[in-house]
Amino acid sequence: MRSIRTAAAVALIATLTACGGATSGAGEDKPSAGAKGTVNLAINPWVGYEANAAVIAHLLEKKMGYTVEKKELKEEIAWQGFETGEVDTIVENWGHPDLKKTYIEDKKVAVDVGPTGNQGVIGWYVPQWMADKYPDITDWKNLNKYADLFKTSESKGKGQFLAGDPSFVTNDEALVSNLKLNYTVVYSGSEAAIIKAAQQASAQKKPLLFYFYEPQWLFAKEKYVRVKLPEYKEGCDADLKKVACDYPDYVLDKIASKKFADGNSTAYQLVKNFTWTNDDQNLVSDYITNQGMSDEKAAEKWVNEHEATWKPWIPAGS
Amino acid sequence: MTATVPPPPVLQPGGRVLGTALDPPAPSRRGRVRSRTVAAVLLVLTVAAYLLFRTDGAADSSDAASFRFFDSVRDWVDANRDTSPFFLYGFNYVRLGVRLLVDTVHGALTGLGFAGLVAAVTAIGAVLAGWRTGLLALGGFLAFGVLGLWEESVDTLVLTLSAVLLSVLIGVPLGILAARVRWVGATLRPVLDVMQIMPTFAYLAPMTLLFLIGEPAAVIATMIYAVPATIRITALGISEVPPTAVEAATALGSTRWQLLGKVRLPMARTTIALAVNQTIMLALSMVVITALIDAPGLGQNIVNALQRVNVGAAFDAGVAIVILAVVLDRITTGAARRTRLHRPARQRRTRWIVAGAALAGVVLIALVPVRETDLPAYSFAAPVNDLVGWIELHWYDVTEGLKNGISAGVLDPLETVLVTTPWWLFVAAVAAFGTLISGWRAALIAALAAAGPAALGLWQHSMQTLATVLVAIVITMAIGVAIGVFCARHDRLATGIRPLLDAAQTMPSFVYLLPAVALFGASRFTAIVAAVIFAVPPVVRLVERGLRDVPPTVVEAALSAGSTPRQLLWKVQLPMARGGLLLAANQGIVMVLAMVVVGGLVGAGALGYDVVAGFSQRELFGQGLAAGLAIVLLGILLDRLTQGFHHSKRPRG
Repeated sequence: MRSIRTAAAVALIATLTACGGATSGAGEDKPSAGAKGTVNLAINPWVGYEANAAVIAHLLEKKMGYTVEKKELKEEIAWQGFETGEVDTIVENWGHPDLKKTYIEDKKVAVDVGPTGNQGVIGWYVPQWMADKYPDITDWKNLNKYADLFKTSESKGKGQFLAGDPSFVTNDEALVSNLKLNYTVVYSGSEAAIIKAAQQASAQKKPLLFYFYEPQWLFAKEKYVRVKLPEYKEGCDADLKKVACDYPDYVLDKIASKKFADGNSTAYQLVKNFTWTNDDQNLVSDYITNQGMSDEKAAEKWVNEHEATWKPWIPAGS
Repeated sequence: MTATVPPPPVLQPGGRVLGTALDPPAPSRRGRVRSRTVAAVLLVLTVAAYLLFRTDGAADSSDAASFRFFDSVRDWVDANRDTSPFFLYGFNYVRLGVRLLVDTVHGALTGLGFAGLVAAVTAIGAVLAGWRTGLLALGGFLAFGVLGLWEESVDTLVLTLSAVLLSVLIGVPLGILAARVRWVGATLRPVLDVMQIMPTFAYLAPMTLLFLIGEPAAVIATMIYAVPATIRITALGISEVPPTAVEAATALGSTRWQLLGKVRLPMARTTIALAVNQTIMLALSMVVITALIDAPGLGQNIVNALQRVNVGAAFDAGVAIVILAVVLDRITTGAARRTRLHRPARQRRTRWIVAGAALAGVVLIALVPVRETDLPAYSFAAPVNDLVGWIELHWYDVTEGLKNGISAGVLDPLETVLVTTPWWLFVAAVAAFGTLISGWRAALIAALAAAGPAALGLWQHSMQTLATVLVAIVITMAIGVAIGVFCARHDRLATGIRPLLDAAQTMPSFVYLLPAVALFGASRFTAIVAAVIFAVPPVVRLVERGLRDVPPTVVEAALSAGSTPRQLLWKVQLPMARGGLLLAANQGIVMVLAMVVVGGLVGAGALGYDVVAGFSQRELFGQGLAAGLAIVLLGILLDRLTQGFHHSKRPRG
């Protein structure tokens, strides 16, 4: 693969020098139409995404004979990869209307490949014991009353709101200021760090108000209660700096690069056909996180036990 | 038989070249008293002005003019990437060319196969640096396979070599020019200063803007990080060639090119080999960080581990990085040492024969069908994670108490003071104290740098970052000086600790985040802990060297006058090693700043967070780029204030 690409790049440089100018996508892999080539799969940093990617990669490699290159990338950077050819597909996308506009409508380097079947929910949560002890805490209007409970070394004398990776889809800072909440948003840096904090908060009955989302395996193990924010209405989050409403429900979808889609290989068709439920995803996530399995092992186990689910994804003639 | 070669230059960790160290002349007693009075007056004035003009420390707007400017730059680039001649004939070609280079290197290394590459590295080690190094290389590269990190290690090696190749191609000629042409050297110096102060994290976003994500951007970022060392050390080597040798050659009628090719370059080759060595070390630590912009290799494992807070997985990757660093370091230092020897023709011929035999051996071994998967596998992940789990469980109260104590007791008050200081007062104070301790030139630059964050609209965040940096540097210096003093007094301890320091310095900064995160969660204190671990080793080294450089006659005189060991340390050794200590502080500050910024990945907030958010959220891009610039300015400010002190008291070399 590499040597072909090198040769192609040499040829390209030669021809481009003659006819002028190199575009940003120059020198990248040509779509591997028909051939069993390499699929570049972006891996966004949360375990649910990893579960999707693990199963798709397993099917591509073990059942269809492709090579899969996994790339650990944050959401926005993965989208940039469509332009450069570094990324063929993203297999769990959360909304991102701005990116869709830039890369799908304006630049035309990516296409929407349909829903993954997962329903995404983003919200603010507290552990169950807090909802039991302070029943009215689950309404945002009462959050200021309890701000003192949530003080930490990082919250500057206010209550702490624990967010995740800065690259996640969030309006939390805008929400805190627009709803005039006496809280400071603190970024834990990763999904794993939020989960750890949430588990500690449950086990040791420590106060915690945090950003979280479904599908999420943790909800199958422990109870967390969503805090009601002002109801979401179409367009209330249009200006990200003025948001004062809850997160919408997300229909999670898959995105592919234009080149990958145009190649219409069986790999692309598999990604297109892929659709499963939140329970399926949570099961694989649980294997990965709590049963000490590698992504490959977890995917293998799920694939062995759920043939009826994945069989229809495999395109005919592969 | 050894030729007359200049002694190896004094290198600061990070590849900054120091001239030959001269002791600063002690300032006269009267001058010292006067400057103390002035300092006291200034201090009172500053405090009074602060109390008078204190602000309420308003939060930074999320919509400053500078952010919008950078956003518009981004939009322009995005819209014109495939049409503007800058990109069509400039950046995109560079990108394509670098991609070609990376692919070629990658093809060459993977083409050898597992057995072939291991054999090749062993042979290179043995031929260039002796059989011990060859064995070390063999063991090291086999270890990659055992750790299950073979492909990742090779990818990292490929990127490092590509970046080093570019650095040498660009850096060596520039270094020669800088040494030979006065104005080139004078123009380059401040540029290189800024490049070396700039925290690695700050230039990832501009790189992706110009070169998009992927290997080319990673290699170019790495090259920018490493090339100053190449240029500086090469320039040093060329300018250290004895003038007598040059004169002799001139007298014999050499042309300028002959002088360069036959006299200067050969005589400077040891130093140039050292330059390559330093370049490799720097490149390796940067390549790992570029995983954030989609560079393959060991960095990906570390990013992954960071996201899962999996210290064990990162430990394996960290071990692989250290092994790679040690192998590359030993091979290049060994090669540098050997260039000092002049060999008779016959010995040189044997060397060719050995090299030829080695090559044949490599080709033969490359044909052996062994794969890295045939090796036994071992991973440190499980035991390390068990240990971390145990510490988390049993030390929770201690770690939590430490974090809350330092945050509430030291960090918060300092942050409040800095944030509520009006920016003009801060700039004035920097200018005044700067003039006092570093001379007006350095003070002017520092004051300009201090005003920058305010102009960028990032005052609050900059001051928060500064507060964290200051706390971290105080802790770093306290620990570093203590260990350094200890090492300077106990030779065996010093030799024992040296390999540890070596290993610690080759680790890329963000490996240190992991243990800190596991112990302290997401907080500013986490960044402080990581920064301290990161910056202590070079401080220890510089302090130790400073103390050991105190002339033995002075020590003896003090001892014979009846000094106790404590008096000897506090009244003689530490004051005389002041230069070394300040240098340590200067170096420590630059490293602490780099780390505190990376701490943005784990909840350290402020500028570091702005940078992280900038390249992960589109609407925050402008703010991220502005924050990167503010970080550079903070670096210049701190560097000028401390380095200026060091230089102002002695003639510049």
